[in-house]
This record gives sequence, C-alpha cells and structure tokens, in this order.
Amino acid sequence: MTDRLDGPQDPRGGGDAARGSSSGPNEAHGASLDLSDGPPPPADADAEPGKTSPAKSTAAGPAPAAVPGGPSKLGPPPTMAIWFLLPGALLLGAMVIYPIIYSIFRSFYDATGDTFVGADNYAAIFSDSSTLTTIRNNLIWVVVAPALVTAVGLIFAVLTERIRWATAFKLIVFMPMAVSLMASGVIFRLVYEQAPDRGVANAVISSVDGLFGSNQGYPDARPRENDQAPVTAQQGAVVTKQPAKPGQAVLIPLVGVKPDTLASAATAKAVQPGPGELAGTVWVDFTQGGGGALNQVDGTEKALAGVTVEAVQNGAVKATASTEADGTFRFAGLAPGDYTVRLPQSNFEAGFTGVSWLGPTLITPAIIGAFIWVWAGFSMVLIAAGLAAIPRDALEAARIDGATEWQVFRKITIPLLSPVLLVVFVTMIINTLKVFDLVFVIAPGSVQPQANVIALEMWRVSFGGGGNQGLGSALAIFLLILVLPFMIINIRRFRRDNQ
Amino acid sequence: MTTSTLGAPPRSTLGRIVDRVGGGLVQAALVLIGVFWLVPTLGLFVVSIREETANNSTGWWTAFTKPAELTLKSYSDLLATGFTASFWNTVFITVPTTLLVIGIAAMAAYAFAWMEFPGRDGLFLVVVGLLVVPIQIALIPIAKLYGTLGIFGSIAGVVLFHVAFGLPFAIFLLRNFFAGIPRSLLEAARMDGAGEWKIFSTVVFPLAKPAVASLGIFQFLWVWNDLLVALVFADSGNQPMTKALQSQMRQFGTNVDILAPGAFLSLIIPLVLFFAFQRYFVQGMMAGSVK
Repeated sequence: MTDRLDGPQDPRGGGDAARGSSSGPNEAHGASLDLSDGPPPPADADAEPGKTSPAKSTAAGPAPAAVPGGPSKLGPPPTMAIWFLLPGALLLGAMVIYPIIYSIFRSFYDATGDTFVGADNYAAIFSDSSTLTTIRNNLIWVVVAPALVTAVGLIFAVLTERIRWATAFKLIVFMPMAVSLMASGVIFRLVYEQAPDRGVANAVISSVDGLFGSNQGYPDARPRENDQAPVTAQQGAVVTKQPAKPGQAVLIPLVGVKPDTLASAATAKAVQPGPGELAGTVWVDFTQGGGGALNQVDGTEKALAGVTVEAVQNGAVKATASTEADGTFRFAGLAPGDYTVRLPQSNFEAGFTGVSWLGPTLITPAIIGAFIWVWAGFSMVLIAAGLAAIPRDALEAARIDGATEWQVFRKITIPLLSPVLLVVFVTMIINTLKVFDLVFVIAPGSVQPQANVIALEMWRVSFGGGGNQGLGSALAIFLLILVLPFMIINIRRFRRDNQ
Repeated sequence: MTTSTLGAPPRSTLGRIVDRVGGGLVQAALVLIGVFWLVPTLGLFVVSIREETANNSTGWWTAFTKPAELTLKSYSDLLATGFTASFWNTVFITVPTTLLVIGIAAMAAYAFAWMEFPGRDGLFLVVVGLLVVPIQIALIPIAKLYGTLGIFGSIAGVVLFHVAFGLPFAIFLLRNFFAGIPRSLLEAARMDGAGEWKIFSTVVFPLAKPAVASLGIFQFLWVWNDLLVALVFADSGNQPMTKALQSQMRQFGTNVDILAPGAFLSLIIPLVLFFAFQRYFVQGMMAGSVK
C-alpha cells in the first residue's frame, strides 16, 4: 500500500477535481468532459443507425470516443431517462429542494409557526447578543482556519516532497479524516484537560516551561505567627520585622510547605555574609520527626530553592536575588544602611496550573486547533498532487536564468499551484461555515455560549431546547446564504472546465 | 516525471532548499509532526485501557511505566451498558445508506452521462450547486415531514435523510466517471440491441468499480461518523454510537471511562476501512473536492 497516497496527480485542482476519479478508463484524455453544448464530435456526426459499426466507432480514436453525450441516433428516447432519474430526483426534490423553499417561508413565521412576523427572525439574528457571538465566532473561523489549513498542508506537502517515507507520514496526518468528529472531540477533550498532569497539551507546556527553569511556586508557605518569628506576612509578601544591614545574616524561616513539594529539596545551610554583603537563608523551619530549634537553621531542615528575594529600602527595591539550592541568597554591593528583606508575593502564587484551553477565552482557538488536526491531511494530499504535476521544465528554466530557490517557489510554484490552493481554501471555508460537531463536542456546556457557531445555534434553537423553529429556519437560510457564493464559484468553475 | 537535462534527479523548488538546509533537519521535523499527529489518538487508546482511578489521578503517558494499571474493564463495562445496540444501529444506518446512494446515484449518473433529454446540462448544474447545501436547511422541514409520515425517530428516517444528502456528491462523482467510458463500448452494446438498463447494469456499472469503491468508502465514513442527523432524527432506541457517546459528554470528567472506549470502538472500523482502501479514499477525495 505504499506510495498510493500520492494518488492521481492532477495539476489543476479546479478542473481536475471536477473530473471524477482519474483512474477511469479515460485517464489520459479525460479532459474533454464537456456538457455538450458544442457541435457533436465529428466521428459521430454522420452516424446512421445500422451504418455505424462497432469497428468504425473504435477506429474513431480514443479522444473523440471519450466525449459523451453527442447526439446519437442509437440512443434511447428522452422518456427513458426519466426512469433513471426518477428515484434520485424524487429524493432530492422532496428532501433538499422542498426543504429550502419550506425553510424560506418558515423563517418568516414565529416560534409556533402560526403568526407571520416578517423579517423579525432575521432582525433577531443581528440584534441578539448570543447570535451575534455566533456570527463573530464563525467570522473568526472563516478568517483563521482555512488559511491555516491551507498553509499547513502546503508546508507538509513541500517538506515531504523529497522524503522517502513520505507515504507513512501522509497516512498518519491523513488518518484523522477517517475518524468521526465526535471521536475527535473526545480525543481533544482529553488533550486539552487543564491539569498539566492529565492533559497532554499542558503537560508539554509545563515540561518545556520546566526546561527553562521557571521558578516553582510555594503557594502554602507562610511565616510562623508568633512574636519570636523574625519575619511576617505583609500583603501577600513576606518581610523581615527588623531592618537588616549589609554584613548581617538574615533568617527567613517559613512553614506550611507540603512535604511532597520538598521531596527533592536540599538541606538548608546557614550563611556567613562577606563584608558589606547582605546574605541569608530561606528554609522550612520544621524538622521532620520533631526536634530542632525554632528560627534556627538546623542540620536537617529543607531549603526553599528558587525563591525571589528583594532588598527594600524606603519602599524601593534596591536589589533582587534568588535562593540557591541550599536556600541561601546574597546581595553584594549594597550601599550601607537599613534594608528590609522581602519575599515578593510572586513566590507564593501557585506554579503552572495549566492553560485553560477549554475556558471562555481560548475555546475557539482550541477547537480550531482540533480542526487543523482533522483537515491538514486533506489539504496536504491535494497540494502534494498539485506539486507533483508541476512541469519540471518551467522550474529548470527559471533556475538556469539564475532565479534563487525562493524566487522559483514564489514566482513559479505558487502561481502554478494556485488552482489547487484555491480548491483547498474554498473547501475549508465551506467546512468552517458549517462547523458543528467539533464545537458541540469539545466546548464544555458552560462555555458553549462563548464557542457557539451558526450551525450549532441553529440546532440549539430548533431542537436543543430552544423551541423556536422560526428563528432556526432563519439561521438555516442565513447559513445557506453564506454558502451561496461558494456554490456559484463551484458552478462557474465546473462550467468553465467543461466548456 | 522528466529527467532534467543535467541528469540530476528531478527536484522542485523547495526540494533543493530542503537538500541544502539538510534533509536531516527536515526529517526530524517531520518525525516530530508525525508524533504530534499520532499522540492525541494514542492518548485516547491508552486512556481507554487504563483503570479509572489511574485516569483520575495521573496522565495517560505515565501508563508506559506502570503497565499494571492497564485493564480492559472499561470495555467490558461499556459493552454491558448496551453500547452494542448502538453499534448495530450505526451498522443498520450506514450499510443501507451506502448501498442506496450508490444504486440511485449510479442510475441518475448514467442518465446524465449517456442519455439525451431536454434540460440535462442545466439539471446537472443544479446537482453541482446542491453539493454545498448545508444539511441544517432540511432539519426542520424534514422533521415535520417525518412526523406526518410517522417515521420520525426511526432508522428508516435517518437512512432516507442521509441518502438524499449523499446523492449530489455521488451523482457528481459517478457521472464524471461514467462520461469517461469509451463511447464505442456503449455503441457496441446498443448495436447488439441491448436495452438501456442492460447497458447500465452489465457494461457501465461494472466498469466503474474504482469510482464506486471511492464513493462507497466516502459515503460509508460520512454516515458512520455523522452526529447531527442522528441527533435530530434518531430516537434513543435507534441511536448510533455517535449520539450515544454525545449523551455522555455532559459529565465528561466522570464519564471518561465510557467515552474513551466508546470513541475508540467507534473509530476502529473507519480506521480499518481507511487503511484497507486508502487508495480509493484519496481518489474519491480528489475527484470530489469541489464539494
């Protein structure tokens, strides 16, 4: 099954996308698929019943033979076609065309369908704040997602062009297309779990974060609340009660840190400040198993590493330091005078608790991420086929003329690829306008109002408890109107390619 | 592929940049991207075979160091809840839909490709136009229609809806393929006095196997994976897996032990089909990307 993903290698997405499976019998000359407005193919022009032998038709050659639909007197009477078209026409008429007409009428009636309300339902779409949110979200989707999917597909297609195991890569990236959006939704609910020890997205961020040594927070650490303690809490920070001078050692004993936070912490050390140096120790003044003296660095007590320490004079921060693994810190080069040593509040905020992907602010970008995961393969495979079909001569000629690779890519590859890029882009716009499942499944109930899109809102107001099929019909018509330009693009492209 | 005059292997644009920057770097990036694309699905699988308590306390990736946590209990619990019924509902919806779409569309496509009748070209443009019609447009009218017919909530209703909305793409794809079949074959059959039905069923349709395969796999996957149509038209006794899973989403945290194995079971058959028939999948996608 290797190398099959290269698929049919069509150079011009637009026309060839409309051509049908190119493994057909007319693979080489399938371009002549016109709708037969033109003159009949010459080979059949003078064909008479009984005179056109099979041999003659065959002799006419493959190209004219591939042109369908020229008038053939051998053909059946037009009434025959009715029987072939009837089942499809009935279904499409009753279940697609009729509903469009019905919905147009229904959208001018109220929730119960009894009262004509004119354009009130449409006015409601553009005045109600929740439907305005859905329009805004669809706008974000349309602006962001198709461009990203096309760009990602282009990058993947270019990167895999010269790679031997490209097929394996393409299969992997392509695979999500076979998976239901429902299952994809479950998959991404797991990916986006907020706790970094459960959701893989935040786990990755948290471990990358850890690589760069961001300091760990000690949310529960606090000074002892008694008169002997040398430090006290002040507006979320911890400050020394007595002013300290350079040359002094400052003790900052804290308690309340959870034992598992300290599992890998080193033993705290007392510090001897050098001349003119303000130094000290931040540690957990608690000896496990009992014993130990209060407010003194005993041999077994744990250090608090990575704590930010400030030397403050008259309310201004004069110097900042961070504690070592053994809990010690030093300020060198301070001007003589009295200082307050302060551990700012940032030390006592919790560490990385995870990006709230599924919260109200990030929900739409998060779902767009899942959308890209699903559709990148589609984009990549179409674009790769387009790339493979670009004539090498054009590229070589440009190179011989001294064009750089980037110029060749910008000025030759991209223009030649543009029909394929357009097909991908337009397909993705249509998909983003209709997006429903991913939003419905990934956005938790409480943030669905913020993530809402038109297709989902249509379902919600009509069936999901809204109970207003007048508004639902108006939303459906609105959606159809949004898709209409792309319907026209498709029809025009199809007609042009079949002229 | 043409070989360049310099005798170098054919290469395109960025291909050369890629060579210069170093294929190694690109390969590393691609491996990373591949892992990135696989990890979400892998995560779902691992979660589905882990103990509930383990899932509640630690990330699924820790399971690789603690294989003792792995269990099939979620699966057996899930099957005990009646999920099997919704699996069969999915099958009973998907298989008839796929067959009906292929049959009805092939007939219409044959008429569009090889029969003369007034308004043919205009009618086919209507089919092209219908390719992008959002199904939302039909939910309310068809719900009302089904209410009148008494098939609201039934599998038949779901199937009928899927067939109707599958037809434009199917007719489009098959007509384009049929039109490429050499005229001489049809003329020969007509000369022999074969009727249209006979030509359709014994000459054209058998030749179209690749296109039918492409269409079949696409149609199968769409219907198998559908949520919205089932949500509206299938009542709880006839609901497919997607709807059954959706009803558990409200309490995602507590229902992970049902959702993860359920989602994984629902995607096994599509994945198997995808890997087995990916050639047709890609062909159908290329052929139908106007959609």
